[in-house]
Amino acid sequence: MTARVGVVTFPGSLDDHDARRAIRLAGGLPVPLWHADADLRGVDAVVLPGGFSYGDYLRCGAIARFSPVMSELIPAAQAGLPVLGICNGFQVLCEAHLLPGALTRNAGLRFVTRDIQIRVDNARTSWTSQYAVGQELTVVLKSGEGAYVADEATLADLAARGQVLVRYAGGNPNGSVSDIAGVVNEAGNVAGLMPHPEHAIDALTGPSADGLGFFASVLRAVVAA
Amino acid sequence: MSTDVTVPQNPVPQDTVPQNPVPQDTVPQDTVGRAAVTPDRSQPYAALGLTAAEYGKIAELLGRRPTDAELAIYSVMWSEHCSYKSSRRHLRQFAEKAPPTDALLAGIGDNAGVVDIGHGYAVTFKIESHNHPSYVEPFQGAATGVGGIVRDILAMGARPVAVMDALRFGPADAPDTRRVLPGVVGGISFYGNCLGLPNIGGELAFDPCYAGNPLINALCVGVLRPADLKRAAATGTGNQVILFGSRTGPDGIGGASVLASASFGGNGEGAKRPSVQVGDPFMEKLLVECCLELYAADLVVGIQDLGAAGVACATTELAAGGQGGMAVRLDAVPLRDASLGPAEILMSESQERMMAIVTPADTSRFLAICAKWEVPATVIGEVTDTGRLEMSWHGERVVDIPPGTAADDGPVYDRPARRPDGQDALAADDPARLARPSGPDRGTELRATLLALLAAPDAADKTWVTEQYDRYVRGDTVLAMPHDAGVIRVDEATGLGVALATDGNGRYCLLDPYAGTQLALAEAYRNVAATGARPLAVTNCLNFGSPEDPAVMWQFTEAVRGLADGCLALGVPVTGGNVSFYNQTGADAIQPTPVIGVLGVHDDVRRRLSSAFGKAGARLMLLGETRAELGGSLWARVQHGHLGGRPPAVDLAAEQALAQVLVTAAERGLLAAAHDLSDGGLGVALAESCLAGGVGATVTLPGDDFTFLFSESASRALVAVVPGREEAFAALCAEAGVPAAAIGTTGGSALEVTGSFSAGLDELGRAHRDTLPALFG
Repeated sequence: MTARVGVVTFPGSLDDHDARRAIRLAGGLPVPLWHADADLRGVDAVVLPGGFSYGDYLRCGAIARFSPVMSELIPAAQAGLPVLGICNGFQVLCEAHLLPGALTRNAGLRFVTRDIQIRVDNARTSWTSQYAVGQELTVVLKSGEGAYVADEATLADLAARGQVLVRYAGGNPNGSVSDIAGVVNEAGNVAGLMPHPEHAIDALTGPSADGLGFFASVLRAVVAA
Repeated sequence: MSTDVTVPQNPVPQDTVPQNPVPQDTVPQDTVGRAAVTPDRSQPYAALGLTAAEYGKIAELLGRRPTDAELAIYSVMWSEHCSYKSSRRHLRQFAEKAPPTDALLAGIGDNAGVVDIGHGYAVTFKIESHNHPSYVEPFQGAATGVGGIVRDILAMGARPVAVMDALRFGPADAPDTRRVLPGVVGGISFYGNCLGLPNIGGELAFDPCYAGNPLINALCVGVLRPADLKRAAATGTGNQVILFGSRTGPDGIGGASVLASASFGGNGEGAKRPSVQVGDPFMEKLLVECCLELYAADLVVGIQDLGAAGVACATTELAAGGQGGMAVRLDAVPLRDASLGPAEILMSESQERMMAIVTPADTSRFLAICAKWEVPATVIGEVTDTGRLEMSWHGERVVDIPPGTAADDGPVYDRPARRPDGQDALAADDPARLARPSGPDRGTELRATLLALLAAPDAADKTWVTEQYDRYVRGDTVLAMPHDAGVIRVDEATGLGVALATDGNGRYCLLDPYAGTQLALAEAYRNVAATGARPLAVTNCLNFGSPEDPAVMWQFTEAVRGLADGCLALGVPVTGGNVSFYNQTGADAIQPTPVIGVLGVHDDVRRRLSSAFGKAGARLMLLGETRAELGGSLWARVQHGHLGGRPPAVDLAAEQALAQVLVTAAERGLLAAAHDLSDGGLGVALAESCLAGGVGATVTLPGDDFTFLFSESASRALVAVVPGREEAFAALCAEAGVPAAAIGTTGGSALEVTGSFSAGLDELGRAHRDTLPALFG
């Protein structure tokens, strides 16, 4: 049975097309989900893609988190559905309090598109089981509000519970605290990544194919479940 | 960031009845009836940019004086920007000298040219200027430049898939450049990134001539199926005219404000409005997806984007294109500012708007799709069989004109052109007199010269700029900066794709506008071929000073003649373009700067060539003939502040042969890398290819090392041959008659020029990379 992975399109989503392609290349069946439909169409996992949902005019992800599809997604995620938020999707998950912390303006105050290295900190989650702890991946960072912030207590909790998913390796590109590039919830099913694995699935169109493992991981997690 | 906070609402307000209240406190409108009985009322035609003769011609065409609303329409439609009145008679050469081709599906006169690239796909592309707004307000000016060109592509029925920008500023260290450049780059980044279009290349150049007149030229490319091609034509009596997208506000209507205060009794206070439009890329993204769904559902009879001259331009062009009439209720146009009158609504340049012609049967489905995407849409009129464009304002007729008189019958001028007096002296000022590295320290001096050129703002690494652009979105970007051309995959199954490059060189064009324009064309053509793509079609953005200056007009006529002749010789048609005049401050015009875009086709993007030396041990070949050609060169400018002599010689047959070799070699898998030679010559090209791949090279130059390193002779490329394929490649060059010299091998961590100097990649890299961050932070 092919795993069905939903990709939500909000008004202003940009990387939904790319996320669907990544799921397809990893061997899954991508299922388009529409922001205005409170319906997850029975999918096995969900990706919230990058972009500028609702224009991000209030605050990144702040309006998307109140959309009809999120009213279904939030309880499903709390019940264990694997969910990955990439870039703007990460911001939405933080706004929805499914993940701790927040994302703010880059340290340099400019949008940054760069091929970067990240190092896997936790390889026991729904989204990283195909990787090894300490493995370095080359993926794409492209964001203006990508600096991860959290208070001291939250950071201590994240470290203690293994909730740091990946960190920037070889230089911190945006001022994220503790070089954090991605986090995961305590249960290991809801993950947020500021860099874009879906742009690193084929060396022809990206810096590497290292990002495919995130999608392959969730397909395995879904089949095992 | 826009100050408009768009909170999504469902359902979106949309209706077919006038929704704007009649303004309470304004003087009566100037109606057609009133115009007929008040023939002598004075009108501010001069303030709107019309001459007395042009005003007289309008009255003659109408048989009465125009109403204020009609005057607004004619003033914008007959402006240089919309009517091409100074350039039109010259631009005809692009059609008259067009090479035979069966690839062109739409061309000059349409919103953008459309080219058939085979396998059931077509692409449309165009480059356009947004120079003046970007100087006044760099961020919004550049942002809305991107928005405007994207809507042009969308209006052809295509999905926009990539953008590029050709940018020119004053001196890199001038204080005003530090205001303009970061604003322009920030605006392009903001708008393009939010729209989800990869930015795949372009240019960045600096010269004092652009100090008060930066050139901001934006290119967009889109993909469509040939059968889905859309036209700007209002056909079918009874069909509905639908305005959709953003509401209309008081932006970009400086001209109409003149009209309002001069003839509507306004006191001028409180009428101060931004003359530069403000962009909302989020609305544009919704508009793109909405249009594509409307096209897929086959609900669109005709469509036009709203750019310069807004509703005035869209209605007249749609009506004229359909050869029929149109009746429009201007009071039905949804407004952001309820105080706007008919002339202001007609001239407003509010962004993110489109106008469609839709059958009555399809109208409700059309509006439903707009509502799904939260795009406001309003029926504002219908197609008629009267042959006249009629507009009403709260029941009174304010416009009644034959649309063709505004859209097509504008004035055409044959402006005087005269070769400038100083042209011969400029050509005689040969760079041969300039000091060059010589004597015992020659090697050290050549090394220092190369480092200086690599660090010059024109040639320096552009990462500070390009890093602010998303080049990955949509997942089809195969090559982007810093390679010779951007390459986008069109079809994932077959690998079909396109390559695009833009080039311009104001220095060459100042020395000889005919040859300089052909050199820009040749460079863009060569850049595309250097990726392995077959060059297919041309677009252009012609940036010049005032056409009322005979010297500028001479430069313009020479440039157009050069481009038309060049395209004929290379067999690539001009598919469309844009003319930007009046790029001057006082009597000082910019250097003539035609920016030429060339589109090429890759049958399979997996065989594309990059400019980076990726592996050690590949033989390096210099293709083409190197002569001592330093007129207008980067060396003359950076080392001596000199601009004079002759630009490099043009040999378009050699250019074609070189392109053929590059394309064939890519198809046969003979090359590991290819890089075109242009500004800074072989020296700069070698350093760029080494730095891009992180692999050094050792070369032995086949003649005078200074000439071989820095001459800018055209029709040349540097290639790295796949080991084992050297003989096959040499045979290919011999067969095509392309001179090919083995000059060295890739490898190591330095660029070594035998008998001259060696420079480590880290040192070359620092020189190349540090310039822009040091200037702009």
